[in-house]
Amino acid sequence: MLEIKNLKKSFGSRVILDNVNVTIKDQEVLSIVGPSGAGKTTLLRCITGLEQADSGEFTIDGKSFDPNATDTSESVIGVVFQDFNLFPHLSVMDNIILAPTMVLKQSKQVATADAKKLLDQLGLIGKGDLYPYQLSGGQKQRVAIARALAMKPKILCYDEPTSALDPNLRKEVERLISGLKQDGMTQLVVTHDMDFARNIADDILEVSSLDKLNQTAD
Amino acid sequence: MSISYISEILPSLFQGAGLTLQLFFWTLIGSLPLGIVVSLGLTSKIKPLRWLLDLYVWLMRGTPLLLQLIFVFYGLPLVGIVFQRYDAAIFAFILNYGAYFAEIFRGGLQSIDNGQYESAQVLRLSYWQTIRKIVIPQVVKIVLPSVGNEVINLVKDSSLVYVIGLGDLLRAGNVATSRDVTLVPYILVGAIYLLLVGVCTYVLHKVEQRYSYYQ
Repeated sequence: MLEIKNLKKSFGSRVILDNVNVTIKDQEVLSIVGPSGAGKTTLLRCITGLEQADSGEFTIDGKSFDPNATDTSESVIGVVFQDFNLFPHLSVMDNIILAPTMVLKQSKQVATADAKKLLDQLGLIGKGDLYPYQLSGGQKQRVAIARALAMKPKILCYDEPTSALDPNLRKEVERLISGLKQDGMTQLVVTHDMDFARNIADDILEVSSLDKLNQTAD
Repeated sequence: MSISYISEILPSLFQGAGLTLQLFFWTLIGSLPLGIVVSLGLTSKIKPLRWLLDLYVWLMRGTPLLLQLIFVFYGLPLVGIVFQRYDAAIFAFILNYGAYFAEIFRGGLQSIDNGQYESAQVLRLSYWQTIRKIVIPQVVKIVLPSVGNEVINLVKDSSLVYVIGLGDLLRAGNVATSRDVTLVPYILVGAIYLLLVGVCTYVLHKVEQRYSYYQ
């Protein structure tokens, strides 16, 4: 379980997040919804360590952790970016095994075997030798998911997972997220699409305006 | 333009071309890594470092290479730094070309999308792992055409070393021309430069092809 208490973040004098509390239970999906500019991406960036929170407590399974720390041995958060941010010069396989071999010091064989399993699981059998530019948007997203999962994170975060895709792929993303949930993955999904959020989430956190944050059970 | 005359002066021209090539290779070996390091400094957040490197680039690009050669060989001994002619030439060329390469690489570095760094960060790659595995391979592809231009310039710029008394290809042609009062050596010199640049162009083209495997 990930718990965030009293998270604060401002840019200059502009307060973006004020005393935000977030709880994500194990093997559940939490959606953070709200109009653009409400601060949901900033919240995600604080959780993923891409932005330094001004203050706030982060605990995972009761132990505190610092999202900005880079030297921890455990991966807490995995991220699937809105534009996926795959590495264009690396094949799908190399995109996935780069961090496990360089950071977790896995051998290439072990990392490759793990990556193959992930590719199978995500319906990307035989795509390992392709380069990102040869993939469709949906395939790129699944590679990004595989790349994040290869680091064995406790929580997988998505930033607007439907916005860079064809609208008719929305159902597919929903199935993907539910599939991972069934495999036991805890997930955090930032989206502006309320229907999508209702379909996937166990819990919804509405970031409507600054000081009105309600986490409601669905 | 007799064959016997050509075969008579070719050895001295080839000897000159040998020096030109040596200068060419040592300059590349020194200035490319220097350019990479300086470009990382130019894009760093440490302001004093940036100012210092901006000054270096300004000096190197703001004054003629000919003048820099003269300063390194005749000027530095005045402050106690003495170079042999050959070393002075290589030193000046590396400093000069390093500055041009640094500016080219800076442009390449700045064209890498911030998302690439963020991806690397959330995958917990270290700064140097990110630079080595993510950034440099992409920058190389972007900067190759501009680097190729500089490489070809370098072949011809190397002729400036005559000013400190080194015998390169052009000087060898000079000597033969003024001795024998004929333009034939210059024609040969031109042909050899064309050949050298032709080889460079071919190699650069092959390298560019190698990097065209993605988009």
